[in-house]
Amino acid sequence: MTDQRPLLRVRDLTVGFTTAAGRVEVVKRLGFDLARGGALGIVGESGSGKSMTSLAIMGLLPKGAERTGSIELDGTELTTLRERQMQAVRGDRIAMVFQDPLSSLNPYYTVGTQIAEAYRAHRTGVTRRQARKVAIEAMERVHIKDAARRVDHYPHQFSGGMRQRVMIAMTLSMEPDLIIADEPTTALDVTVQAQILDLLAEIRRDTGAGLILITHDLAVVSEVADHIVVMREGDLVEQGTAEQVFSDPRADYTRMLLDAVPRIDDEIGLLRTTATEEPR
Amino acid sequence: MIRFLVNRLLGMAVVLLLVCLFTYVIFFVLSPDPAVQICGKNCTPEAIDRIRANLGLDEPFRTQFWTFLTGLFAGRAYGTGANAIECAAPCLGYSFQTSQPVTDMILQRLPVSATVAVGAAVLWLLAGVAAGLLSAVKEGRFADRFIAGLTLTGMSVPNYVLALSLQFLLVVTLGWLPFPQAVPFAEDPGQWFLNFLMPWTVLSIGAAAVYTRLTRANVIETLQENYVRTARAKGLSPGLVWRRHALRPALTPIVTIFGMDFAGLLGGALITETVFGLNGVGKLAADSITKNDQPVIMGVTLLAAFLVVVGNMVVDLLYTAIDPRVRVGSAT
Repeated sequence: MTDQRPLLRVRDLTVGFTTAAGRVEVVKRLGFDLARGGALGIVGESGSGKSMTSLAIMGLLPKGAERTGSIELDGTELTTLRERQMQAVRGDRIAMVFQDPLSSLNPYYTVGTQIAEAYRAHRTGVTRRQARKVAIEAMERVHIKDAARRVDHYPHQFSGGMRQRVMIAMTLSMEPDLIIADEPTTALDVTVQAQILDLLAEIRRDTGAGLILITHDLAVVSEVADHIVVMREGDLVEQGTAEQVFSDPRADYTRMLLDAVPRIDDEIGLLRTTATEEPR
Repeated sequence: MIRFLVNRLLGMAVVLLLVCLFTYVIFFVLSPDPAVQICGKNCTPEAIDRIRANLGLDEPFRTQFWTFLTGLFAGRAYGTGANAIECAAPCLGYSFQTSQPVTDMILQRLPVSATVAVGAAVLWLLAGVAAGLLSAVKEGRFADRFIAGLTLTGMSVPNYVLALSLQFLLVVTLGWLPFPQAVPFAEDPGQWFLNFLMPWTVLSIGAAAVYTRLTRANVIETLQENYVRTARAKGLSPGLVWRRHALRPALTPIVTIFGMDFAGLLGGALITETVFGLNGVGKLAADSITKNDQPVIMGVTLLAAFLVVVGNMVVDLLYTAIDPRVRVGSAT
């Protein structure tokens, strides 16, 4: 009955920093499941700990961060893996798409090199030519036109949306079980945002990969996620199916978040806020 | 690319022309009358006039400067008729002190300066980058702090203090190094190498300290870049992340300042060459300044300016090869 087991099972995940002013916990006893092929949206304001959660899963927390709790991927406990074993998981089984595609791509190498890099790191005995072919195929799958030529271009020669496609192509070459997208559309303009979200949905459908979408934008989550976790200052505020959270939010905070989404019929000049303190 | 090259070459020509003009004004117009200096103690007004005519100093400034410029490219003649002295291009005039052609004086001394510059540059580049990398890897730890202390010392100690102390310590007191003698490389490579060891060290210490700090700062900054995080998220090994994603961006700016520093040094290391008695362009400059030998000072200045401008150009060209944003950015 392996299908009953969730793809990702997070329990009691806590991320803390010890600072001069004492210990600060940016993620507090977080727990959630992601079903095989499911799409989970983690929603929260900046400072809510949602990005730290994704870095904790990847094992890429900044220096000085302490991580406790349990993260199971397909039954494998990730928190006790050695760094070497974790390297084998990163990129191959869990891939990540970051917020700012320009700064997340190395300006010194062609996109082809950067897409193929992961493939060559995880598969032994891959020739340059094979890796290049994989890169071109990955670029075609994210609908970059003229991929065979574009593969030799540098990141600065792509537009913002195209760069994010390149980032997604990078995750695709390995056919990961789980894709974590941390604010993948925040740095893009609105029309391109929709295209990238469609692309993520399409890839999920085609590959059966699980998706964690991290965003502050409720409109974005509503389009993609089937399950939602709402976070605030490191705490889990509410979780449930997308339908339930949107139509019948249980927490006041969620309701405030939903109310803060501007609507077309809003009075001009009136923006509702969540009316909380500035996050530290 | 060709447009870029042409633009750069034109810019270079303009800069050099301006340097020529300024040095010419400073050394020939604003300085004491060269004719008086040449003439010496027992001088008559007639003799001075004769010398002025010979040097072309009786001409208006514009003509003088033009003759100087054409002399650089086509050579010129001093005096007229049978007494005329032909000065072949690039003509920088004759030394007031030794009456030798300045061009020859510089060319004779250039190999020594070049040897000093190349050796020192290799030393400081290797030492600086290596120490900087080590410092970045061990950030905040003992090795990092130790190196920070060393760089501070290296930057603070003046060249001549270091040169004299080393000489006193290694040659006079300990006798580890032989007394410097002018030996050509072909004759005794060992002695030749030992001769240059101290000048190289002295010249490289300050620059090595600067390069250490620069490398450390660049590497630490690059490691914070988002694309380094991407590389790690791809599951690359730490070694690969370092080599491919951190080092190349971090070391690129080093190329820029290295080109300039090296070019500047090729034009002679004034203090070091003087202290160690090396007969290079730097010592020539120092000597001619004390003797107010204007044509020589002018020649050395122009050479230094020329080298820096050329070095700058080479760096720009290198940059287009190293940084794809510069390279393709101008084409598309």
